[in-house]
Formats: sequence, structure tokens, C-alpha cells
Amino acid sequence: MNDALTTGEIGSAMTSGSATAAQPTVFDSIQSWLVTVDHKKLGLMYIMYGLVFLLVGGMEATLIRIQLAVPDNHFLSPQVFNQMFTMHGTTMVFLVGMPIIFGFANYLVPLIIGARDLAFPRLNAFGLWLSVFGGLLLYFSFVGAPGMAGAGGAPDVGWFAYAPLTGKAFSKGHSTDYWILGTMIGGFGSIAAAANIITTILCMRCPGMTLRKMPLLAWLNLVMCGMVLLCVSPLTAAQIMLLLDRFVGSHFFDTQAGGSAALWMHFFWIFGHPEVYILIIPAFAFASEIIPVFSRKAIFGYPVMVGATVAIAFVSMSVWAHHMFTVGMTSTGNTFFVVSTMMVGIPTGIKIFNWLGTMWGGKLRFATPMIFSIAFLFQFLIAGLTGIMLACAPWDWQLNDSYFLVAHFHYTLAGALVFMIFAAIYYWFPKATGRLLSERLGKWHFWLFAIGFHVTFDTMHIPGILGMPRRVYTYQAGRGWDLLNLICTIGVAFQAIATLILVVNIIWSLRKGRPAGNDPWDAWTLEWAATSPPREYNFAEIPTVRSRRPLWDLKHPGDPDWKYE
Amino acid sequence: MNATAITTYSESGSGALTPAAGVEVGAPPSRGVVGMTCLIIAESAIFLIFVVAYLFYLGKDRTGPTPRQVLELPIVNSICLLSSSAAITFALSSLRDSDVRRFSFWWSATIALGAYFLLGTGREWRHLIYDKGLTIQTNLFGSTFYSLVGLHASHVVIGLLALCFVMAFAIGGWVKPKHAARVHVLALYWHFVDVVWVVVFTVVYIIGR
Amino acid sequence: MKSRVLLPIYSLVALRFTQGSVWSAEKADPALVPNIFAPESTPAHAIFDLAVFVLAITGAIFVVVTGLLLYAVIRFRRRADDDGVEPAQVYGSGPIEAAWTIVPVLIVIVLTLATARVVHELQDARKPAGALDVQVIGRQWWWEVRYPKLGIVTANELHVPISQGSERSPTFLDLRSADVVHSFWVPRLAGKLDLVPNKVNSMWIEPERPGLFLGQCGTYCGTQHALMLLRVYAETPRDFARWVAQQKKLAEEDPSAAAGRLVFERTACVNCHAVNGTVGDGRFGPDLTHLMSRATLASGAVPNSPEALRAWIKSPDQFKPGVLMPAMNLNDADLDNLVAYLTTLK
Repeated sequence: MNDALTTGEIGSAMTSGSATAAQPTVFDSIQSWLVTVDHKKLGLMYIMYGLVFLLVGGMEATLIRIQLAVPDNHFLSPQVFNQMFTMHGTTMVFLVGMPIIFGFANYLVPLIIGARDLAFPRLNAFGLWLSVFGGLLLYFSFVGAPGMAGAGGAPDVGWFAYAPLTGKAFSKGHSTDYWILGTMIGGFGSIAAAANIITTILCMRCPGMTLRKMPLLAWLNLVMCGMVLLCVSPLTAAQIMLLLDRFVGSHFFDTQAGGSAALWMHFFWIFGHPEVYILIIPAFAFASEIIPVFSRKAIFGYPVMVGATVAIAFVSMSVWAHHMFTVGMTSTGNTFFVVSTMMVGIPTGIKIFNWLGTMWGGKLRFATPMIFSIAFLFQFLIAGLTGIMLACAPWDWQLNDSYFLVAHFHYTLAGALVFMIFAAIYYWFPKATGRLLSERLGKWHFWLFAIGFHVTFDTMHIPGILGMPRRVYTYQAGRGWDLLNLICTIGVAFQAIATLILVVNIIWSLRKGRPAGNDPWDAWTLEWAATSPPREYNFAEIPTVRSRRPLWDLKHPGDPDWKYE
Repeated sequence: MNATAITTYSESGSGALTPAAGVEVGAPPSRGVVGMTCLIIAESAIFLIFVVAYLFYLGKDRTGPTPRQVLELPIVNSICLLSSSAAITFALSSLRDSDVRRFSFWWSATIALGAYFLLGTGREWRHLIYDKGLTIQTNLFGSTFYSLVGLHASHVVIGLLALCFVMAFAIGGWVKPKHAARVHVLALYWHFVDVVWVVVFTVVYIIGR
Repeated sequence: MKSRVLLPIYSLVALRFTQGSVWSAEKADPALVPNIFAPESTPAHAIFDLAVFVLAITGAIFVVVTGLLLYAVIRFRRRADDDGVEPAQVYGSGPIEAAWTIVPVLIVIVLTLATARVVHELQDARKPAGALDVQVIGRQWWWEVRYPKLGIVTANELHVPISQGSERSPTFLDLRSADVVHSFWVPRLAGKLDLVPNKVNSMWIEPERPGLFLGQCGTYCGTQHALMLLRVYAETPRDFARWVAQQKKLAEEDPSAAAGRLVFERTACVNCHAVNGTVGDGRFGPDLTHLMSRATLASGAVPNSPEALRAWIKSPDQFKPGVLMPAMNLNDADLDNLVAYLTTLK
């Protein structure tokens, strides 16, 4: 491969930041990570932080499923169970999803646009440590229990913390305050990261890379970050109001004084719905880079993909009250949100078709990143279809807050986002470390996880249809839910083992993985022109590009992309 | 640093990734401006939610003073704050013209006007709390009023702190014309704070009464 | 391989930690399973019909797209004898993009119209003359049920007449909350609707056969959300009238239970509970005037028998941890007398 841009050295292990000649000790190594402003290290730390909390959130889910495996169970008390589902949801969204997507954006965006770092490296580091602090503060609530610091235990109000349940009257102690502060601080970190990435993309693209020549990963992260700026802030605002209610006695959500419970819901979901698109758009970004490479074809319909994503961003800000169909809005209000929700399904569906179109006529290579991506397509399709069902308000009056809904959003978050996160790990691990992950372990990981996922979440739709609400610490026998719940619980075992296989794969491959070289997948975007791992400065010379696939142009000088774009 | 494109590419061969003679590309936007714009967008969204809450709860109080009963138009205050936007603009153009003394003058005027606004807000609140009995706990109006106006005031405080830092640098003689771009980014924040005041003023003192 | 070994181990571990066991679970009575696909009331039927329609369309989409995906995965996989030449690079196609935009738009239009019609039909239904009015007030964690025009107050159970033939007698429910957000959900009868403080929400049900319909709170409302259960008894007009007559009576005076009545009136019970015809008029807890006429206690968590009632009063927390009724700390004699009294409240 043409590595005219590299220094000619082949990097072996990840190098530390210090460039001096003395042998770096372990302490030097750790220190370099703690004080770094390098987007690659910060990105990897975001991802590692997210993966650690993925394991923690997974344990919380396991405890939940054990308690629900049989009716009238006494494995967990209701108080602990309610803390478990609250922390599971909060952890997965704020301490897994957000850090991991920002971690990948941090790592990949400068490389893929031919820049040396993000626009504001120190702000980048600040954002990371702010996020870490927020997460640790949230988890401190477990030990800040009554009797220790009088703090009240982990939050137990659900991840969307409806008012007035979160008011001082109904949420005594400080557990809810931990929820508010932990997630609010994380929100500031996200806003800082988003501003950083947007500035980088708008100001630091390499010469020749107009917006029309920018890889989809950069485009989709740009859109995602724009959404973060607009949509995380409403949550911050609502949380400030809730803090004021709880600490200085204001009445924003104090229904006894005329405050409105629905107002919290509106504010929360004005954040909450775009938030799930914020989480999934990076998954779309990964798919848009991985599927073309393993189909050996350019992405089908690049302009449409960009347009559809922008459309999703805008329309998704108008659908929020489909989470509130049961709150008692007027028929006109309900119908409006039916229309907007159905509309957002159109650009989303178009993207699925474009990925299919990319595969069509290609030469598919089923490496681990690709099989995760294919499963993503299948599962995201199903998630979208159950989403259409939920968009029909009258049907939602049955399905909302039931296990059907839980199955739907786990299909989108676990079945789509987590699968693509796995795909991205297998795809870019060689770039970050210089070694490939084991394909064999990867296939075990995939199949066990996919089997477990489907055993749990396909089955889970049924108790919802049979009337089982969510967030119940137990259920009575005789309602027809017993065996179904047991099956859902069994699926967890497969997912847990599969995740452990991934951890083993990562640890093993860091030392013993096959050396990857710069471009193990024969890919086409700029990050594959850097060394594996990239030098601290990314590229010896900032490249100039002429098409969306600069390495394709290099590898196919007689048939470059810029002739067709 | 502004990365103006200095590399170009050629039509011949596979020069896709190496610099060569040929077409030129234009200059990208300033990072500071884009970054500050992002912050302003996020902050605007936060303010928007507080404004929505304020409008939503208008007229829904069960007890306590209403806006009409207790609010007086803060005309002088508003003139001061909005003039400070003009002052900071003069300061910036002075700096660009390399007139550091005039810059310092207009910069201190900005700070003085902003500080006066804060003092005025403080006086208004004192009057409302002690004379009119309106606190954040009193009723829905109290909650939304103090939080919205307070959120704005806190942004004025932060802005003033930043302005004072620059003032300190100016007094020490470290502010140079080449810093105009950075000062411009801070001025953007200050203008944002003023625009928010226009919105808050309209919503609270005109529509709300 | 690994799964075959670990699955039984896992199940055994799970069962070891649990008290209930799927092996001893009662076989569910199909008539009681709150299946949304077994509607037995007009709103539930309307929802079900819409659901079938939507399912047909989404099912067709699923079959088509999955079929294409499977075809692509099989047909376009790289063969073992691949020559290594990249396939033809296709960057897009205007007509294809148009096609797979327009078809979804049409589908969305159809679905939206079908949905809007049902929304309007259910939410804007006019109340017929023969309708029954019921007020439901949600509380942590039980349901206060009032029949304002009949002067009846009860808890956790609704009795409603079925609607037969041309004389429609649906029941219109006004939903309120005394504390946090709850949700009234009896799947076979209707979709759920929330009970929101400071707000009155209205819904209606129209059961078509007599019988028991199970439901429960549908929005997380705190510690005992899971056991805030609902029972709706649909009855023939005659049975319903009989129930109403019984509920309207004052509490019976049974001289043999006088001691227990004194316990009730003189301890803290009356702060929360009401019994018509005594000094008890507390509203924080359920009205007990006809306690024995109800099938369960504690919103479905406890069977209604003297032994269970005694255990409940002695220690509510053991049935519903976190419940707001405190243990009353009565001595055994008082407790026995109290239970004897309460069991006379038919």
C-alpha cells in the first residue's frame, strides 16, 4: 500500500505521549494518559469508560431478569429492583451510549478529515473528565446510603424521572439529586464535545475536502453534534428547574401548588426523543463506512444519505409527544404526533434501502465487522417496524409502558446501536492498536450475542401484548407471563458470555493479535493512510483529497472516484 | 490557527494525495467563532425552555402577587445593558485600529454598564422580595420569574468576569491588536447575553404583564 | 456447545435464588390473561382492528426487505474462486431513490389516515344517555373508586354493567390523581390512560360479556407500582343492580363485633379509613364499608380471607414492602376483635 504519508515506520504497540529518549515507566505511561489532550487517547478513554459501564449496566440488567424469571419472586426487594432499572437505563444511555459515540467521534473525525486533532484539545480533555466525574457521582449514590452520609441510596425514579414522583414530597433523601447532578454534569460534557467536533469539521478539513467530499462518518457526526447542542439543553434546563424545586422550594413541577406533571414530560421528551437519534446516528455512521468496504462498493446514494440524516435530525425534534400518547392530550394533539412520528420513519427507511443498495452487486466479505452490520440491518428494520406500530396512537394506548415497548427500544439500542458498536470495535481496533482482533473469537462473540439477544428480546414482545407493564418488580402467577419471562432471562446468559468473550478478545489481541499494518481491510478513507496506531500528529503531511474515497483514487489511478462524483 | 489552504493538486497522474500546482481552495471559518456559535446555540435552547415554562405558567397562579401587581419596567437597566453592546463594539474596532487606549476606555465602559445592570437587577429583586413579598417559593410566577431572570443574570456575571480578566490584561499592557479575533469571540458572547435580555424583557415585562 | 453446558447450570442457579417456581405456577386461565389481542369491549376492539391492519402492512414490509437482505447476502457473497477484481461501482440512482421514497410516503399516508380515524372515534366519542359515570382517583398504591350519582365509594374493584344489544350502557371513567402519575390499564377493555395530578382525563369502556377483567397501573408510580392491581367485574344489568344496592347500604351493626368496632374507632384506623355509619371518615386509605364484598385486599396483593386480613393488619410491609400503611402494633386481643369486626363489613 502507498504509505507516502507515513514516516515509514511500522508502529507496534500504542506509544505514549512522551517523546524523550528515556525508558518510560508505568507511571509515565499512566500520567501521559491522565494529562493528554490528544484526541486519540481521549477517544479511547471515552470508549473504555463506556465499555466498563456496559458491563456494570449489564449486571444490573441481569439482576433485573433474575428477579423477573419467576412470578412472586423475592430475589430483590422492590426498593432495590426499582433502583436497578433506574440505574440500568440511566447508565446505558448516559454512561455507555453517549461516551462511546463521542469516543469514536473523537478518535475518528480528525483522522477521517485529514486533521491533526480536534479544534479545542484542552476542551476535549475537560469534557472527558467532566463526563467521568458525572458518572462516578451518579454511582456514588449507591454508597451514599442512609446511615453513611444520609444521602438516600441510588435513584429509583426511572431513567426519565417523571414529576411529581421526583419532587421532595415523594422522593425523600438525596437519591434523585444524584440522578440530576450526575446526568447534568455529563450533559455539559456532551455539549462541550459536540461544539468541539462541529468546529473541527467546519474549520479543519484537509484541502480538497469540501462538505460534498466529506465521508459520511464525518457528516453524520456533524449532524449528531448539532442535535446535541439543541436537544441536550432542554434536559439541562428541566433539571435546573427540578433542582430549584427540590432545594429552594420553587413550584415548576409541584402539582400541589399548581405545577404541571406534563410539563416535565414535554421537556424531558423534547430531549429524550432526539437523544435516541443522537445515539443511533453514529451507528448509521459506522454502517456507512463498514458496509461499503466489506461489499467492495461505494456507498449507494451519498447525497440522499446526507439529506436523509439531516431530515431525520429536523423531524425527530417534532415527534417527542409520542411518548405521551397516554397522558391525555386532545385528539388533535395526538394526531399531530402520529403524523410527525410516521414521517420520521421515511428517511430512516430510505437509509436501510441505501445500505442494501450498497451490498447489491457487491462482493460481500463476512468478516466480523460485516456480520455485526448485517445483523444490525435486520434488527434495525424490525425495530423500525415496531416503532411504526407504536406510532399508531390507539395501539400505543395498549403498548405504551408495556414489555412490548421495552422490547422495541432494546431492539433499537441493543440490537442496532450495540451491534454497530461491536462492529466498529472490530473494524477500528486494528487502527488504534496495530493488531487485529481474533476473527475466531469474534465469530463466537457474534453468534452467542445474537442468539441471546433474539431469545430475550423477540420473546419480550409477547408479555407486552399479554398486558405486562414495565418497571414492575414482580408479577402474579396466572396471567400467562411466567414462562415467557423465564425465556427472556435465559437469553441474558448468552449475551453475558458473549460480552466476556469480547473482553477476552480485546485483552488477548492487545498482545498476541496479528499485526494489522496500516490498511488491513483494504479500505478507502483517510484514517487507513495513517500508521496503525497513528503517530501523535496523525499524518506526516496534511493530505489533499479530490473525492470521497481518497485511497480508492490512489489504488485505482485509472478509475478514480472523482471522475464519477 | 486558521488553516488556510496552501496545498493544491494536479490534474495528471495519481496526485490525489500529494501537493502540486493547480486549483486553490478558500479559507475556512474561524474556529473561535464557530465554537462560540455552538455554545450560543446550546445556551439559547436552555433559555428557550425557561421562556416556555414562563409563558406556560402565566395566569395559572393559585395565590400570590401577579406580574402586573409587582413588576415595573426596568427601562434604565435595559438601556445600560444594550448600550454595553455598542460599547463593546467600539472597543473591538478600536483594538482593530490598534488604538489600545481607546480600547481600554470602551472596554471599561462595557464593564461599568454591565455592572450597573446587575446592580439594578439586585435592587429590583430586593424590592420584590422585601416590599412585595414575591420569592421563588411564593407561587408559579415567582418560580418562573426568578429562575428566568436569574439565569440571564448569571450569564451576565460570567460575562463580566471574563471581561474583567481581559481588562486586567489590558491594564498590564498585554493586550495587542493581534488579539482582536479572540476578543471578538468574547464580544459575541456578550452580544448573545444582550439579545437574551431583549427576549426576556419582552416576555416578562411586556407580554407577561 | 458452551450454551448447552451453561444453560442448565444457569437455570439451576436462578431457581436457587428464587422462591416462586415456574414448575409450581398455576396454569393461566385464558379468560383472565389480559391479552390485548383478545378484546372484549368496544374501544379494545377498535384498537385491535387497527392493530391487525398495521401488522399486515408492517409484516409485508418485513417480508419484502428481509427477503431482499437474505437474497443479497447469499447472491453477492464473495466466492472462494474470486478473481479479486472490484465489482462495478454504482454511486446511486435517481429513479430507485424516488421509488423507495414514494412507496413509504404512500404507506405513511394510509397508516396515518387509518390511525387518525380511530383516535377520533375513541377520544371524541359522545356519551350516550344510558352511560354510567365512575370516578377513579389514583393513589400510591391503590385505586379509589366512586360512583358519584349512586353515592357509592369503594376501592380497587370496579363493577360495571355490560352493554347489550341496541341499548348501549358504556361506562365513562373520569381519572384523577391524588399524588403522582398513575395509569389505568385493563387491556381487554381499552387502552390505558394516565391519572395525572391537577388534571382530569376521561375514557370509556364497554364490556360485552359478564366476567372479571384484570388490569394494573401502567406507569411507574413508586415502590409498589407492581402491586397496584385492578379488577373490573362486568355484570348483567340485574347483577349490577344487586351490587349497587348492597354497596349503598350503611355498614351493618353486628353487636357481637362491638369490641372490634371500638378498636377501629379509637385507634388510628379512622385517620385513614372510612366506614359508613361510624365516625371513621378518613380518605387517605380505602373505604372499608363493604370490605368483605371485595375479592382481594391491598389492591390485589392479598387474598380476602380473615387470616390474610389479620396478617395484613399486623404487618402490611410483608405483603407490599414500602406500602404507606404502617404496622398498627395492636395486641393480639385487639387484633382478633378488629378482624372479627371487619369481617362483618359485607
